[in-house]
Amino acid sequence: MTIAEDPATTAPGYKWVGTRMIRPDGFEKVTGRARFGADLKLNGMLYGHVLRSPHAHANIVSIDTSEAEKMAGVRAVITRADFPAPSGPAGDQDLQRNAMAREKVLYEGHVVAAVAAQTRGQAKAAAEAIKVVYEVLPHVMTVDEAMAPSAALLHPNLMTKGIDPAPTGPSNVASRALYQGGDLDLGFAESDVVVEGTFTTKPVHHGYIEPHAAVADTTPNGRTTLWCSSQGHFTMRAMSAKVLGWEPSRLKVIPAEIGGGFGGKTTIYLEPLAVRLSQKAGRPVKMVMSRDEVFRATGPASGTKIVAKMGFKNDGTMVAAELWMAYEAGAFAGSPAGAGSMTALAPYTVANFLIEGFDVVVNKPKVAAYRAPGAPMSSFAVESLIDEAATKIGMDPIEIRLKNAVTEGCQATYGPKFPRIGFVETLEAIKNHPNYQIPLGPNQGRGVASGFWFNAGLNSSATVHVNEDGNVIVVTGSPDIGGSRASMALMAAEEFGIDAARIQPVVGDTESVGYNDQTGGSRTTLATGAAVIEACRKILADLRGRAAKQWDVPLDKVEWVDGQAQHVDGTQPPLSLEDLAKGWNRTGGPLTASAALNARGVGSAFSTQVVDLEIDPDTGHVTVLRYLTAQDAGRAIHPSYVEGQLQGGVVQGLGWALNEEYIFDRNGKMENASFLDYRIPVASDMPMIDTIVVEVPNPGHPYGVRGVGEVGIVPPLAAVANAVEHAVGRRLRDLPLSPVRILDAILNKDC
Amino acid sequence: MSRIQVSCTVNGDPVDFLCDADGSLLNSLRDELGLTGVKEGCGTGDCGACSILLDGELNCSCLIFAPEAEGTTITTVEGLANGDHLTPLQQCFLEGAALQCGICTPGVLVAATSLLNHNPNPTETEIRYALAGNLCRCTGYDKIVRAVREAAAQIRETSA
Amino acid sequence: MGTLSRLARRLADLVGAHRAALQPAVCGPGIAKLGATPLDGLPSVGLARLRGTHLKYFAPSTVEEAVGLLAQPNTKVFAGATDVIPQIRAGRPEPDALVDLKKIDRLIAVQCTDAKWIIGAATPTARLTANAEFSAEFPGLAEAAGLIGSDQVQSRSSLGGNLCNASPAADSVPAMIVNGARVVIATANGGTRSVAVQDVPTGPGRTSLAPGEFVVEIEVDRAPARTADAYLRMIPRTEMDIAVVGVGVRVTLDESGKVTDALVALGAVAPTVVRVPAAEAALIGSTLDDAALAVAAAAASAACNPIDDKRGTIAYRTHVAGVLTRRAAVIAGQRAAEKNGASR
Repeated sequence: MTIAEDPATTAPGYKWVGTRMIRPDGFEKVTGRARFGADLKLNGMLYGHVLRSPHAHANIVSIDTSEAEKMAGVRAVITRADFPAPSGPAGDQDLQRNAMAREKVLYEGHVVAAVAAQTRGQAKAAAEAIKVVYEVLPHVMTVDEAMAPSAALLHPNLMTKGIDPAPTGPSNVASRALYQGGDLDLGFAESDVVVEGTFTTKPVHHGYIEPHAAVADTTPNGRTTLWCSSQGHFTMRAMSAKVLGWEPSRLKVIPAEIGGGFGGKTTIYLEPLAVRLSQKAGRPVKMVMSRDEVFRATGPASGTKIVAKMGFKNDGTMVAAELWMAYEAGAFAGSPAGAGSMTALAPYTVANFLIEGFDVVVNKPKVAAYRAPGAPMSSFAVESLIDEAATKIGMDPIEIRLKNAVTEGCQATYGPKFPRIGFVETLEAIKNHPNYQIPLGPNQGRGVASGFWFNAGLNSSATVHVNEDGNVIVVTGSPDIGGSRASMALMAAEEFGIDAARIQPVVGDTESVGYNDQTGGSRTTLATGAAVIEACRKILADLRGRAAKQWDVPLDKVEWVDGQAQHVDGTQPPLSLEDLAKGWNRTGGPLTASAALNARGVGSAFSTQVVDLEIDPDTGHVTVLRYLTAQDAGRAIHPSYVEGQLQGGVVQGLGWALNEEYIFDRNGKMENASFLDYRIPVASDMPMIDTIVVEVPNPGHPYGVRGVGEVGIVPPLAAVANAVEHAVGRRLRDLPLSPVRILDAILNKDC
Repeated sequence: MSRIQVSCTVNGDPVDFLCDADGSLLNSLRDELGLTGVKEGCGTGDCGACSILLDGELNCSCLIFAPEAEGTTITTVEGLANGDHLTPLQQCFLEGAALQCGICTPGVLVAATSLLNHNPNPTETEIRYALAGNLCRCTGYDKIVRAVREAAAQIRETSA
Repeated sequence: MGTLSRLARRLADLVGAHRAALQPAVCGPGIAKLGATPLDGLPSVGLARLRGTHLKYFAPSTVEEAVGLLAQPNTKVFAGATDVIPQIRAGRPEPDALVDLKKIDRLIAVQCTDAKWIIGAATPTARLTANAEFSAEFPGLAEAAGLIGSDQVQSRSSLGGNLCNASPAADSVPAMIVNGARVVIATANGGTRSVAVQDVPTGPGRTSLAPGEFVVEIEVDRAPARTADAYLRMIPRTEMDIAVVGVGVRVTLDESGKVTDALVALGAVAPTVVRVPAAEAALIGSTLDDAALAVAAAAASAACNPIDDKRGTIAYRTHVAGVLTRRAAVIAGQRAAEKNGASR
């Protein structure tokens, strides 16, 4: 059952797609040769260090850098005075204010100044010698505090969008998203079973193992090269330019290998600081965050509060759903409340629904996208209530989901109609798996949950070159986070009909390939892959034309089969890719083609998961006994890396469900900014993750690909809560389900 | 105060470097010796990305003062393979797709090498506990554990 | 990393910790000061001072040499440095000199005489737990020592460091205390003195060591017949965490299986490890029956004086201290019974 155990199987009709080649960048990564963000060293390089706010909310009265500037080894000091005043759309201004605080600091860890010096120690010492006078302001840390009528305001001009009539005064609520359909009162009136509750989740961090890092080198003529590890160097270029007040073209961004992102490396932190320091010092500057800085200053995922109510018929039909959801944005607007609202009920048909999602600013670091941003939290509430309803009705949790599952042609609660999707297939795959039948012992519980996530399309470019020896270079601008070079190579090999080992996939810098949006939104294999396929097909058309010319036959007499041009009648000896490459001097010059696109036909991703847990009734400790996930991948280009995405998403979700949380003291300072006390799962916490890759091809993609990177993290939160409920008989609605919480629930069962 | 000179053997080569008394061995390996395969994920011994073998024993190089390396023998991820000839562990990691982003991989490989040096036939549970000091955020550990198990089997087969 | 220690570790982890809390490190004078009031008593260590550049590093090869070095002000000894380095990274003031104790043979040694075990204070716990005889005689102490940190940390962590870091959550300390362990301290005048382990930590990050002193050895008397220990801790994960509660129990049985002696010590539930005489009294004279275990568990809970913090609540720690006391007593009892009269 588990594909991980199966030998390589090629998808029907394909020779390379669906095989498990060794990744092209693998050798470098197992031998320590691969260069990540912090690995670059340039001649004359200085080290940068950031001075960060010790307060959750304060006015900056003054900044005195005079002493720091005089210290040994110091070559540059920058503050707000070194950046242009924020301008442009609100989002751009927020970006600028987050990169370097202006009038106020809005969270502990907010950048106040930075220093470049000859050694790390000198830079740190100088940063600590900068004298900042703060006027501490009251802070708000939760959506409840931030939405209270008398709440301290983070931004004096923040007016709530999406409310009619528009508000007359500022608040901490940046926007409201609204999705509705049918008649809610009618829906609840028709319901036989109504379930409701208030759910909360804490901010959690992506926990990528590589801290943020950047090296900038500005030459006297103003041209700047920036090396950084990110999920998209074109976006790093655009964002950095906005903060610096430059045109993007003044920056060349070279992608380093990226040591994990999960959405957290889709925005800038150190990059514009390194550039400005380098510009001011006239030397290259390297900046690397400590783990402590990563926790305090880079985007976690939103903490949330969700009030949910759902109604069902006795046969399991979902007839009404009402969701009030507030998402912490951190210090600046931009939580994924909207995406959370769109995804919450997307797996189900429900006639009557109302979903409100509020984007609320609080004095915490600005949230960043995190794997299916917004969806795990809303799904936690919805999938918990579905489980409660199933229990009340006496229905199997898979059956109740099958009863309401969306299929092709159903209209999603967020608007569009679904094309062919594989949600039902994931439910059936779980139902039919032996794990689902294993009897449970005392203190054990089984939890089921499903989840939905979009696939992003966005913009991708690719350039494909054939070398004079007939081997192929595939250049994209999409950083490889988890094996995308391999999938690009496989798709190009499939197109050319040559061995994948003959394809060299390259992640090009911002001056070597056309614009690419970020590796994120489950889009890279799908969208950048589509650009690669299109570029390959352009070259194949070119190759057929050259063969036709050489044979002096019409183009329709030439077909491309197994890596060579063949005459349809077999009257000419075939011309291989090598032959045609060798002959390009006479046939039109080098073989190269580019493609650029707005990706269309993006798929929808669904996952269903089941977890078996055992709980120590005397300590509340949770042991994950087994875990099964089934996800629709459309078509798995490289099954191993697809499985890896599915498994990785599950385990991050398990961390979120069980032990991960930001803990703040009463002054709004983070108390657990280390991997010691921010507890991500370790190897011994986990069982094997039994993995079913369901393949219901996406009709919008040449190979049927769906994005697989994100949806895996959506179901675990509710799956765990549901399993805990079945193990201990208490419904827990506040994450994380730590031993302290669980034991409290067990001991206070009668309350 | 002038810097301290340290002489040791790294990946088979005798080397010297200069360090501060409280500098970490991790920083010396990366900055002075250019061994950037040794990664820093936390700097506090909680993630294992900087794992090395120090006189054959598994250590976090971030938890060692650089001067302590005097006279020691150190192996980093760069010293595992023999030229282009990968170890069974490295090869099994590639074949089993046991890495995604690859940042934890050097530390995991060093820790797994240490495990198999001590215990050529580890159970799944033993592998998981031996690697508990190496955080991986991409894989969920499944393929890592399988790759170690497979490499152990291959090593036992060849040495049998 | 012997199989035995691995299994022992697994057993202890069934209930759920490691490197002690981030408290000042190893034994020695600077440490005692650094603990509760980090800036107290130290020479001016301005925030703007350049870290490391003036610092000296020494690796003496004899206790006498180390004592001489420690006569200098603001000098800090360290063993594994697994706590010292994170503390420096976190911005604790640095000493003027670091003294590495690991080059002193006597501090890296495990010896056994007819009367006692003598463990060098800086001996890596991995080496201690790999000692099959020691682990068989003191399975609880071996488990506790084996729980300090990851395998990486085990190459460096030591009983001396774990003790003198003076974290209330140090795993090995309750287990040393129930075994009546003592420390041999090198004094500033070149002599030694012996102190019970429970008298070393005086509060989080604070020890009773005087300036110029450091721990040389830990001594544990050979276990009497039909005597065994156990250590259990609760952590949220299965590894890499600090104990939310840790419990050490040692019992001695008579030939009929009745408890003739018992010691119970709790970690992470008070500023220092707590002995629980009421729990010990409840166990003595019993056959570790349910009634006696219930009284002992209740006594352990009653002895707790914990705090609410990021790792656990007062209510949680109080309850779980009782749970683990009961479980550890049962395990220690079974082990003692298995020794079945054999002296060791």
